[in-house]
Amino acid sequence: MSQSSAAPVAPAIQLPTVPLLQLGTWVVFFGLLAMLAIFFVSADQGAISIPAGNAVHEWVHDARHLLGYPCH
Amino acid sequence: MSSTVPGEKSALTPGAFLLRGLIAGLVAGLFTFAVAFALGEPHVDDAIALEEAQSAAAPAPAAEEAEHEEPGMVEISRENQKSWGLLTGTLAIGTALGGLTALAVAAVVGRLRGLGARGSTALVALIGFVSIALVPFLKYPATPPAVGDPDTINGRTVEYFAMLLVSVLAAIAAVVVARRLAERIDGFTAVVLAGIGYLAVVAVTAALLPTVDELGSFPADTLWYFRRSSLLTLATLWGVLGVVLTGLVGKLYDRATADAERRALAASL
Repeated sequence: MSQSSAAPVAPAIQLPTVPLLQLGTWVVFFGLLAMLAIFFVSADQGAISIPAGNAVHEWVHDARHLLGYPCH
Repeated sequence: MSSTVPGEKSALTPGAFLLRGLIAGLVAGLFTFAVAFALGEPHVDDAIALEEAQSAAAPAPAAEEAEHEEPGMVEISRENQKSWGLLTGTLAIGTALGGLTALAVAAVVGRLRGLGARGSTALVALIGFVSIALVPFLKYPATPPAVGDPDTINGRTVEYFAMLLVSVLAAIAAVVVARRLAERIDGFTAVVLAGIGYLAVVAVTAALLPTVDELGSFPADTLWYFRRSSLLTLATLWGVLGVVLTGLVGKLYDRATADAERRALAASL
């Protein structure tokens, strides 16, 4: 993909790319981790509670309001 | 001449992008905390004062979940909520979104015709702000404490994340479509058409999702000040994330390009 068939005198800048297959593994792994972090800040102990109680909700309460997530 | 000679170690690994995203996200989280604390907290305090005045006037409407006698219920002081609690939230969200944004950048750099590493990174951050923060905010704006019926939190949570999910998926689809179209028609028209497509999808979604109207007699000026500070908080997160990540990814590509040129020169001798 980064090869050009014709070889111009001043070649157009061809940026190297990251292979998508290699990237996919990272997206799945970090994606799940990020979802977990976002869940605890944005939604835990509102609609769904893991664990039961309100400690997480109360601790991140102000961030949840100011970052625009539905809080209560 | 190619930079993907077999056996050659490239600095452009997904891990290198992720690391830069986490750093940019952490920095963005710190700035976001500062803006949220300075601009947002006064209005959160105002809203809580109104909430307490309301519950004092109307005896026990069972609105406060903290008052139930159930296991796991704690009371956290306002001082902790507005400092360490807020910081925890902004750092966690900043780092998570920073990492995700960096992986999205890794997917598009070198694949968007006419855009370099810095331009691509800035574009991804801009699309992130619009699709993850701005569009959901326009349909379901942030609400201060005392606004919102606790009995409808399940529905409102589902609706908010449905709006968010559609917006993000439509934005990703718009980038893919714009790239495909640009191979057939000119780039400008391709980007405009993809942008219209994105707007059409989120506009229809927003029209189909239910409207939340639970303000009651909450004062309009406090509500507006709170929402304005909330939007500034979100803009800070994405703005700082975009600027720092653009700088870091730009440097990474400068180094990778310099290495590739040095190797090409060495090979030609």
